[in-house]
Amino acid sequence: MSYQPGEDIAQRFAEIHPPLEPQAALLEAHRCLYCFDAPCSDACPTHIDVPRFIKKIATGNLRGSALGILDANILGASCSRVCPVDVLCEGACVLHLYNKQPIEIGRLQRHAMDYFYSNGAKLAYLPRPEKAKRIACVGAGPASLACAAELRKRGYAVTIFESRPLPGGLNTYGVAEYKLRPSDSLREVELVKSLGVEFRFGKSVGSDVTVEELERTYAAVFLAVGLGPAEPLGLPGEEMSHVVDALRFIADYKTAQTISVGRKVAVIGGGNTAIDAANAALRLGADEVYMVYRRSEREMPAFQFEYENAKLEGVRFRFQTQPIAIQPNGLECVRMELGAPDQSGRRKPEPVPRSNFLIECDMVILAVGQSRFLDFLSACLAVELRDGNVVVDPETGRTSNPRYYAGGDCVNGGREVVDAVAEGKRAGIAMAKWLDA
Amino acid sequence: MADLTTVFAGGIRCPNPFWLASGPPANCGEQVMRAFDAGWGGAVWKTLGDPIVNVSSRYSSVDWNRQRMMGLNNIELITDRPLHVNLREISEVKKRYPAHAVIASLMVESKPEAWRQIVRQAEDAGADGLELNFGCPHGMSERGMGSAVGQVPEYTELITSWVKEVARTPVLVKLTPNISDIRMVARAAKHGGADGLSAINTINSITGIDLDTLIPRPDVGGQSSHGGYCGPAVKPIALHLVQQIAADEASRLPISGIGGISGWQEAAEFILMGAGTVQVCTAAMHYGFRIVEDMLDGLSNWMDSKGYRTLDDFRGLSLPRIVEWKNLDLNYKIIARIHPERCIGCDLCYTACWDGAHQCIHLDRLTGANGNGHRTPAEVERASSSRIANTPIAKLDGAGRDAGPYPTPLARIPRVDEDECVGCNLCALVCPVDGCITMEQVDTGRPPETWSQRVAALGKGGQC
Repeated sequence: MSYQPGEDIAQRFAEIHPPLEPQAALLEAHRCLYCFDAPCSDACPTHIDVPRFIKKIATGNLRGSALGILDANILGASCSRVCPVDVLCEGACVLHLYNKQPIEIGRLQRHAMDYFYSNGAKLAYLPRPEKAKRIACVGAGPASLACAAELRKRGYAVTIFESRPLPGGLNTYGVAEYKLRPSDSLREVELVKSLGVEFRFGKSVGSDVTVEELERTYAAVFLAVGLGPAEPLGLPGEEMSHVVDALRFIADYKTAQTISVGRKVAVIGGGNTAIDAANAALRLGADEVYMVYRRSEREMPAFQFEYENAKLEGVRFRFQTQPIAIQPNGLECVRMELGAPDQSGRRKPEPVPRSNFLIECDMVILAVGQSRFLDFLSACLAVELRDGNVVVDPETGRTSNPRYYAGGDCVNGGREVVDAVAEGKRAGIAMAKWLDA
Repeated sequence: MADLTTVFAGGIRCPNPFWLASGPPANCGEQVMRAFDAGWGGAVWKTLGDPIVNVSSRYSSVDWNRQRMMGLNNIELITDRPLHVNLREISEVKKRYPAHAVIASLMVESKPEAWRQIVRQAEDAGADGLELNFGCPHGMSERGMGSAVGQVPEYTELITSWVKEVARTPVLVKLTPNISDIRMVARAAKHGGADGLSAINTINSITGIDLDTLIPRPDVGGQSSHGGYCGPAVKPIALHLVQQIAADEASRLPISGIGGISGWQEAAEFILMGAGTVQVCTAAMHYGFRIVEDMLDGLSNWMDSKGYRTLDDFRGLSLPRIVEWKNLDLNYKIIARIHPERCIGCDLCYTACWDGAHQCIHLDRLTGANGNGHRTPAEVERASSSRIANTPIAKLDGAGRDAGPYPTPLARIPRVDEDECVGCNLCALVCPVDGCITMEQVDTGRPPETWSQRVAALGKGGQC
């Protein structure tokens, strides 16, 4: 089944957390206790001063509220929509401790951000005159955007290199449509651009731009290349045309011209991306979507609220199920039993003999972890890697090669947008300090 | 079941002490009858006098934390309906509701004949009592009436005496709070022969300014005027003024308590302070006459729980508990106790004590009470943003939290330095959790001693 995107996408992906009405936002803001040294701010990787921005919503100072958010997190708008607030700020809200609903921090933050973007999106400061030293950021995702903003605030010229045609990284290409739309991601990129950041699209560092060119022009480089396509599972039949990579599938429905989805879809994996892909397949018109995960519900890495939401969307879960081959008409699997804990502390799944069965499907989506750009990172740039991730100094984000700093998924192995922002911010501040010295 | 029937100021009978105060809810007979149907025990009719003209708009309010009408302000004058219509309706109401109290509020020019005439007219219509409006602070006061009378004890006494010359029903004098010592006017009313006092009338106010137009509220064609403030916000002021006159021997009269009464709890407070009836206006304007149902029900249930059968059983019981500061016991001491199992870790008590009180609440449970381990608010704030956090993936990272024996992490549960605590109450006042911080008495080992006693003892010793 394939069709043209357009209005239909907006209807199929109605926002999962719609904006608060202005009066509802005021009521919610007034519920905030205004904790001192608040746990919500502590839980935020970018340490947004949550009670402060909520207090400002309560007093009607929406511009002040928005600027406070942006000062800590230049991607405050996308974070307000995509953050797993249940395990971050809202999870830390003290109101949980006496059976009260936590403050809806994410939606309040969105309220302030929506005001900001619909009222001219003007920051309070002008970029300082550029200093002589220039800095390159590789990859135009959240980490680079945050890093570039910090550097521009401190007067450094920044160029962002991006191999894809659009900026924003996973905010543009990879976040579920009912959380964040590409237009909202691009609007946020415009804000960073307004600080005087230069973007070069369709430029892959290592091929279109050589490392020598990079090092000749730029005093320091921030690496935020993210992760690569899905790791091959090594299953027979994986090369067939009805097998797609989850992030590719999501990027296609969000930004490409045509959209294809099967009638019956099997998604292999148990993480948040697997859930995003499964929900998307259903919303795009699939009749049945199965999530196939080799361990149990308990070990599944997806957030609990994502799992609950997927069940509500209608995704069917096949736990303790290991795919062993992809057939033209389905996914051949074997049942698994959980044995003793393995290195990760989770119980190791073992196949049950003679338990093979077929999940009928005409599309298979792989969401079992992404590959790394190992060669580029270690061979070309000589930065140290551990378990496929770039090793950085936790205080500064600096790699083993002193001219290079890094952040985002290529450092943390693939976490949240807000983690990428925090790491970009950290590196930007540290780079400016190093270059100033 | 508690008995709420009331006999007030020597003869005004009503099924309960809840009266509508003179104001918009008691503007006409149809309203008053609906109010009686809803359960109100009496009504003080919107002030009668020579007809006036009102402006629009007339009301403005103060909201607080999204709660509407914490305080209400009005620039409305006395009744704008013809006197004969009001009088006819008073007669009709009294015929249909003989058991309910109808009080006529009166305000006319300061001439003996004008007052004598309106007193006769109101009583002939069937009013059970009269309330002399010496309190309205806006509009009428510019014409020498309302608070212009109530602010001058001599005028208050004089006009009250004119009324008493002809009145056959009890006469209440309604007092203005816009005065330095309300007892002076209360005494004057008593000298003039008043049978009771109504307190308080509204407080002079300007509620606010529209920050777009810069016009203060309420806006009357781009201008405003000061008005009279009432509603929940004024209750503490009203309760104090009622206490002032209730405790004053020279002004002791039955009191109809007014000011911010919006439920049975406030009503109980005014009666505990000595009030015989209570009057309500803003709450009825906000929610309608139906609110009286819980006032009656709540007061009755509270009386049952306390074992009070009639209102007289508890009237004035709290009055002796108000004394002058110099008679308070200097050796009574309480300190704050934080109950860690209830603490939710908002740390509002901590910052309140540091910035607003006596710097004796600390966040040092993890480092121990001894030594200089505690952090100041400034240090806490610096530390909170100086580290990078990561989104926890509980199932992969393992749930890591600085565990303790309580639901809230130990590091966020404040500790009271009991030697330093002065027992000011501030922490318990800001704490959002009921029963989390209690103020508990400690034995100082010293006998009770007041400031008066201490000064007297020093005097005897020849020292100061």
